[in-house]
Amino acid sequence: MTDRVAEAPAAVDASSLATARRERLRLLLRSGTFLAGAVIVVFWAVCAAFGTHIAPQDPYADDLLNTLDPPSADHWFGTDQLGRDVFSRVIVGAHDILTVAPLATILGTVLGAALGLLTGYFRGYVDDAVSRMIDAVNALPLVIIALLALVALGTSNVTVIVVIGFVFAPIIARTVRSAVLSERELDYVAAARLRGEGPLYIMFVEILPNVLPPILVESTVRLGYAIFTVATLSFIGFGIQPPSPDWGLAISESYGLIDGGYWWTVLFDAFAIASLVVGVNMLADGIQAVFET
Amino acid sequence: MSLAEARKADASAPAPADTLSVEGLDVAYRVRGRDRQVLRSVSFRIGRGESYGLVGESGCGKSTAALSVVRYLPRNGRVRSGRILVDGRDLLALGESDLRKLRATTVSMVYQDPGRALNPSIPVGDQLAEVFQLQGHAKAEARERSAAMLKRVQIADPRQVMDRYPHQLSGGMQQRVAIAMALAIDPKLLILDEPTTGLDATVESEVLDLVAQLRGEFHTSVLFISHNLAVIAQMCDRVGVLYAGTLVEDGPTQAVFEAPRHPYTVGLLRCLPRRGRRKDQGRLDTIPGFLPPPGVIPKGCVFADRCALADDRCRREEPALVDLGGRRSRCHYHDRAPDMPRATPADQALPQLQAREPVLTIARLGKTFGVHGHAVRALSDVALVLAPGETLGLVGESGSGKTTLARILLGLTEPDAGSAIALDGRPLAGRTQARDAEQIKSLQIVFQNPDSALNRAHSVRRLVGRALVKLARVPGSQRLEKLLALTRAVRLADRYLSARPRQLSGGLKQRVAIARAFAGDPRIVVCDEPTSALDVSVQAAILNLLADLQAERQVSYIFISHDLGVVRYLSDRIAVLYLGRLMEVGPAERVFSGPHHPYTEALLSAVPSLDGRRRERIRLTGEIPSAINPPSGCVFHTRCPRKLGGICEREEPPLAAIENGHEIRCHIPAAELGRLEAAG
Amino acid sequence: MNFARILAKRLALSLVTLWLLSVFVFAGGQLLPGDVGRAVLGPLADARAVANLNHMLGVDRPLLVQYGDWIGHFLVGNMGMSYIFRSPVAGFVTTALFNSFKLGLVAFVLVVPLGIVGGVFAALHVGRPIDRIISVVGLSATVLPEFVSGIVLIMIFGVWLDWLPITASWPEGAGPLTQVYYLFLPSLPLILVLFGYIARMARAGTVEALDADYTRTAVLKGLPRRTVIWRHVLRNALLPTITVIATQVGYLIGGLVVVEVLFHYQGIGGLIYTAARGKDFPMLEAGVLTVGIIYTVATLAADLLYSLLNPRIRFGGVE
Repeated sequence: MTDRVAEAPAAVDASSLATARRERLRLLLRSGTFLAGAVIVVFWAVCAAFGTHIAPQDPYADDLLNTLDPPSADHWFGTDQLGRDVFSRVIVGAHDILTVAPLATILGTVLGAALGLLTGYFRGYVDDAVSRMIDAVNALPLVIIALLALVALGTSNVTVIVVIGFVFAPIIARTVRSAVLSERELDYVAAARLRGEGPLYIMFVEILPNVLPPILVESTVRLGYAIFTVATLSFIGFGIQPPSPDWGLAISESYGLIDGGYWWTVLFDAFAIASLVVGVNMLADGIQAVFET
Repeated sequence: MSLAEARKADASAPAPADTLSVEGLDVAYRVRGRDRQVLRSVSFRIGRGESYGLVGESGCGKSTAALSVVRYLPRNGRVRSGRILVDGRDLLALGESDLRKLRATTVSMVYQDPGRALNPSIPVGDQLAEVFQLQGHAKAEARERSAAMLKRVQIADPRQVMDRYPHQLSGGMQQRVAIAMALAIDPKLLILDEPTTGLDATVESEVLDLVAQLRGEFHTSVLFISHNLAVIAQMCDRVGVLYAGTLVEDGPTQAVFEAPRHPYTVGLLRCLPRRGRRKDQGRLDTIPGFLPPPGVIPKGCVFADRCALADDRCRREEPALVDLGGRRSRCHYHDRAPDMPRATPADQALPQLQAREPVLTIARLGKTFGVHGHAVRALSDVALVLAPGETLGLVGESGSGKTTLARILLGLTEPDAGSAIALDGRPLAGRTQARDAEQIKSLQIVFQNPDSALNRAHSVRRLVGRALVKLARVPGSQRLEKLLALTRAVRLADRYLSARPRQLSGGLKQRVAIARAFAGDPRIVVCDEPTSALDVSVQAAILNLLADLQAERQVSYIFISHDLGVVRYLSDRIAVLYLGRLMEVGPAERVFSGPHHPYTEALLSAVPSLDGRRRERIRLTGEIPSAINPPSGCVFHTRCPRKLGGICEREEPPLAAIENGHEIRCHIPAAELGRLEAAG
Repeated sequence: MNFARILAKRLALSLVTLWLLSVFVFAGGQLLPGDVGRAVLGPLADARAVANLNHMLGVDRPLLVQYGDWIGHFLVGNMGMSYIFRSPVAGFVTTALFNSFKLGLVAFVLVVPLGIVGGVFAALHVGRPIDRIISVVGLSATVLPEFVSGIVLIMIFGVWLDWLPITASWPEGAGPLTQVYYLFLPSLPLILVLFGYIARMARAGTVEALDADYTRTAVLKGLPRRTVIWRHVLRNALLPTITVIATQVGYLIGGLVVVEVLFHYQGIGGLIYTAARGKDFPMLEAGVLTVGIIYTVATLAADLLYSLLNPRIRFGGVE
């Protein structure tokens, strides 16, 4: 079925090239979800980068005389069971998770995009075999695979990044692959072959620019899930290790105390995690809305 | 005077016999916070039993008009002003339940793509029975009536079809079901929105005949919307021409198409190759300029920018719809319209066709695909010869194999062993990768859909420049110079070089695609429906361009199209394919005038013509058979109206030469065919 | 028969996936640590103790033999011996599975209808405030890690209001209703996570169906809105949601690890956690493989259900 190509052109001067990009940016900035998410993420990113300078007190300093103090003028969020200032710990706690999760996502995206491009373009037996392997990996929830791998490899920030990155790669590869499959059917790919272009040129110069939007969308969504997973792993002791003031870790150290009414040792960290994941996902949602039109 | 007489005397009131009366309709869509006007002050009437066509190019608002009449505009659409009276009732003032009743009893709609119009999860029979149940019939009764209705739309075995799901039926069948659903309520008004676009020519003519017949039986008024003027000419009593949301002319179909009174209509008709016109009889005229962007309200006449007759008055003052006695025109100078000067000079240069070695020879070409374990013969024993500077038109419906043929020529698919293709005398390898640079640049293609054919991430400069680098091996220093020469040759203004495809109109995109194909100075360019996705006015410009390039460079074309008028215009020779077999090949005029192969004859009679002369229709029975299980002997025998008998079922006829270059694959000798066709 | 062929093909694919999964799990457990004995005993243990342990565990044999042994035993129900508990793993796994099943069932029974109704309702009022609210709430709830929502819920309902028990251990011989009472709070974090996915899928499917040509046909026939939605829209809208529900099993199980630890519930998630903590490789591998099997079976079931319900797949194309 032929879809009629409408005869009315959009603006056709050279500067309108930039307009297309500016248009996207404008749409992003008009999106409430994107802006709200961006504000939250930027806030925590600043905390992650400059936390030690911003925090009013030393997050690692014990003060065994003032353990478990409720929130007060001296300690806005109170103190934990070792007398450390919770407020400062919450601020500095952003650092590890905002290093590990993004790095894991980047690793996964690069590997996944390459894998997706190759399997999507070449298809054939390699594609079938790799797809089966991707299915197998997908049969396990991320937390569980991570547990198995981290028990075997030992837990550290580096191993967490590597494990999550490698598990993300096939998931991202799948999205990239399906985008590549649909691009492949378009006539410009045939036109490239008819010029005698080789597969590498076609994959990276012709197809890749057109699958960048889905890659971007997918990786922002994955980032949210990475944060989710790192926090969970930290909570069960297989993520970020002590003595980091990481939020998940802090919660695992203190949640036995809520029975005794010491809510501040847990609630502020919980809120920090909640705000960060919601923020990242709102960002992802905003980006998805703009790039999927 | 009684009230009734007073009402009659009131000229502004619509005559009570009108089924539909649209007055001053203004419709706008809200896009990104701004209102875009799509229809401006559109007024027309359809009388009882009358058939009215609404014709225009893309974006003119004809579909919006149809949706307004059923009050089913998308969420962001609004009727800003105007009145719509359906069977005397004010449509826009109706409440929800009255509207539903109207839809259930008075108005029906059939639209494009019947596969999507039917619910994929409900059997077809239930969907049809639903209509009857809505009228109050019990379930069993509804099923009876459904079966009867399906019989009326000429579905042979209604019971069996009723249990099927839509995806199990062919396109033609699906449309019949949709028509059955529409006519089941015996509506006063039937709206058809491009009902046959996308269907094969023979299937299309069946559906159109069906509509015409049923219209006669049911005495329904019809609103027929299409971009195809020929279909409108065949189906409608009166026609209205829409341009950019404004009705510019309307009147009886023959009058409007034979003697148009608006410059746009004049221009549109001049763009089409009518009455068997061919390229050596002169260029097609074009309409210069572009459609106004949607929603822009121009001062004065909406067509003034592109009109050869326009003057200051036109640009200042919007013309009113003038009544010319049974027809209307919205133009200040409507009497001068038919004599409007041409936008494009009429003389057409033609290539010198010297008797030289053929540039392409194809012999014994076959292609078999394996589909789910079955062998599908997409092409069988095809032999063709192409001379330099010549255009070979390839004609055929779906399943004919013309796309496969094009792909094999280009090297995107490999032919079966035993096939022989030679380019300039040298054998051509099956796959592009195995061909040398000379061969690669000599065989290029212009695709149907420029949106798919141009990489939307690349600029025009890159798209054409890369082709120059790869195909023409142009050294860096000469690149810009050669690039400009190429884009200017396709009449693409320099300022578009840095644009991306998304910023260009359809015609401009296709020019880029043509420039790209010509980058290496090819010997043969395959044109795969190059104008099918373009509006009529743009199509003419592209065809002219292709003809010019051919004259300048002595390039040969293999021109694939389902539009026989366009094929006839551009082609020197024509090949007719059916189910992968070559049925007829010969000089264009010979193939068109006859004697023809019975399939060609049927095909030619199926295509609606602008001239409205109702030719004797050759009806083909049945559907195009599946390629998996082709009929034995002559593949056409299952539908052939001139079937001889057993021999057609047993033996495949050879391709027999009638005169120089004209061959027909039929058991009936040519002389006999000629006599049969003359007899009717 | 078309459908039987589909069934056979999917089954075969699932088996291949399961086999690959077992290889991955085995590799994870046996290859990654490099030296299993070392991994168990730690870096400070002396080489001879490590070598002894390796021999006792049989990990000094060739890999292929180990794998064959392991998978062979697994298939007949012998999942090896737990390092920590010194008793057959299979027993633990089966009890844990049963417990997790109960918890999962409570969560599913609540979240599936809630999610579908929420999604469809949002779609029917698309663009209006209630749609945005449902979407945003769904989105926010989905991304909250279960331990975060779990702890907040414990604090509110368990500690402050004291309405619900904060550990999922009911007295011996408690009836089904009591068990549900104890399982309700633990199921809430799971429900929150799943609600968003299901609602989003149901919403997307419904919006797409509402905008489809066949819905236009139905409306233009003059059918009342309710009929259009129930007869024409919903069956097409909810079909894709079925496959999504199967993938939710994956997220559900992932969440079980945390939830069961939080609420001290002896399910498969908690079992895997205990095994991980104790570097009990046989238990860990068996648990992980079991989880994978459950997920693959769930996906297969959903796939088949989808094929059954989608006429396009169930009955072939044009005849």
